[in-house]
Amino acid sequence: MIEVKNIHKTFNPGTINEKRALNGVNLTLEDGDFVTVIGGNGAGKSTLLNAIAGVWPVDEGGIFIDGVNVTGLSEFRRAKYLGRVFQDPMTGTAADMQIDENLALAARRGKPRLWGWGITASERENYREMLKELDLGLEERLTAKVGLLSGGQRQALTLLMATIQKPKMLLLDEHTAALDPKTAAKVLATTDKLVAEHNLTTMMVTHNMRDAIAHGNRLIMMDEGRIILDIRGEEKKRLTIEDLLHKFEEVSGSEFTNDQAILSK
Amino acid sequence: MTLISLLNRMPGDVAIGIIWGIMALGVYLTFRILNFADLTVDGSFATGGAVAVVLITTGVPVPVAMAAAFCAGLLAGLCTGLLHTLLGIPDILSGILSQLALYSINIFILGGANKPIGVGKYNLCVSMLQVAPSIVVAALVAVAIIAIMYWYFGTEQGSAIRATGNNPAMSRAQGINIGLMKVIALALSNGIVALAGSMMAQFNGFTDVGMGRGAIVIGLAAVIIGEVVCHALFRKHNGFILRLTFVVVGGIIYYMAMGFISWLRVPTDGLKLFTALIVAVFLAVPYLKDKANSSFRKAGRRGENQ
Ligand SMILES: Nc1ncnc2c1ncn2[C@@H]1O[C@H](COP(=O)(O)OP(=O)(O)OP(=O)(O)O)[C@@H](O)[C@H]1O
Ligand SMILES: [Mg+2]
Repeated sequence: MIEVKNIHKTFNPGTINEKRALNGVNLTLEDGDFVTVIGGNGAGKSTLLNAIAGVWPVDEGGIFIDGVNVTGLSEFRRAKYLGRVFQDPMTGTAADMQIDENLALAARRGKPRLWGWGITASERENYREMLKELDLGLEERLTAKVGLLSGGQRQALTLLMATIQKPKMLLLDEHTAALDPKTAAKVLATTDKLVAEHNLTTMMVTHNMRDAIAHGNRLIMMDEGRIILDIRGEEKKRLTIEDLLHKFEEVSGSEFTNDQAILSK
Repeated sequence: MTLISLLNRMPGDVAIGIIWGIMALGVYLTFRILNFADLTVDGSFATGGAVAVVLITTGVPVPVAMAAAFCAGLLAGLCTGLLHTLLGIPDILSGILSQLALYSINIFILGGANKPIGVGKYNLCVSMLQVAPSIVVAALVAVAIIAIMYWYFGTEQGSAIRATGNNPAMSRAQGINIGLMKVIALALSNGIVALAGSMMAQFNGFTDVGMGRGAIVIGLAAVIIGEVVCHALFRKHNGFILRLTFVVVGGIIYYMAMGFISWLRVPTDGLKLFTALIVAVFLAVPYLKDKANSSFRKAGRRGENQ
């Protein structure tokens, strides 16, 4: 279970660039919850995911993973609980290292890294099998440098790295935004498969309302650093894009202007 | 300026080239693997020489003195690492600060600006009085260090250092303590550099606080010359062990080129100028080549011909 309790974050406090990015966010995820997150630009979606990942300390509030208070843990110490995929395909992998070496790095997430082999022959065989499942032909290129892969291949690999050691939570921040529609669909399908296979508790940020509705069992909408909508279960299944737009107007009390139209259909 | 005199100085140049090559392995560790331009080496090279000479002349066995030099280098690298990670000082600046501090520390260790070993009194590991065995010993040390580096960078910790140098954001997300990895890598690198310094002092029969001046540039020269030659000979088939080997080969080529230039009676004071020029050329060539392949001017000309 993941509990986010009343977290606040203000960037550049006391300067003219002061920005309240999170304004009291409360969220509880049950094991296996797959939440899609939508909201306009600057709503605080990435900031919420970064707060959970520990990119910087929050100003107020607490984050608990299976009852463990991780609020005071730095990013690399928290990493053992979390799998992450970023918007930029370059961010999630080490470009000058081989595909198998990247997977081996991820397989050791949260473990002490001393003088055991960085990768073993039997591991390599496992990785070959896992890559075969992705169906991108990567199993033939185990020792190729990751820098030679396409954006879609890198995102699929990053997904595999994020889940190779079952994380307590999978954080996906617009991980298909930089991909062409066809590749994006494929990476999303892989996401669904991995999440279902390992029953992963997941948060997925997206600007695509159709995707947000089609994936996961729960949907939250953010605005101005707050969660303004939380839809789950049967209601989520019946949800349409028109419903969402209505609800947005209802809750935020404002018209759905061009500004928010970035929530594309 | 006879050919004989050139041939005569060659073996000695090879020995010194190997020692610079060993130092360059340390530079390779930070510059290429950790992606950190570490200027500590100018100081830690001389520290290695100072520690070794002082210990050897007080009767400490040579291998122990060399181990102590290595440890002194570890400490120097540790300081740079802590300046960078704990105090947030940018990489180049933390190296410069360590280098400056080491200048005073080296004088303090030596009790002066330089110190002779007293040739013939001790069982030195390398010496210019016995060039042939020195080449063998220096080469063996180089092979040992290459083997250890090859093993180490295949371990979990070594892989974590490589990842840190390659993509710090990804490394953090994978639970790697990147600050710790930087400190470890800087310490090991300067340990190797100081070990090379201890060998240079023995080979020369004396040490001098200025011994390491320009060491970073010589190290870069060796690394880059090695890469260019390795690429020319082996193209894409350049595994890690081959790349490490060619760092040492780069050191040898560099120093033999220097030997050739001084054989041409270029005043010794001009050698640093030549080193800087060589490094500038080797650094510029890959860039210019790349630019020549995809230049705006050419594209513009192609456009005009449409
Ligand atoms: N590191 C930072 N320093 C300063 N301000 C920041 C930082 N990160 C985010 N912000 C600000 O916080 C607000 C929320 O940003 P955030 O990235 O969470 O938005 P988002 O919902 O992910 O938007 P998008 O859909 O554009 O990705 C924005 O106003 C942004 O400028
Ligand atoms: Mg965002």
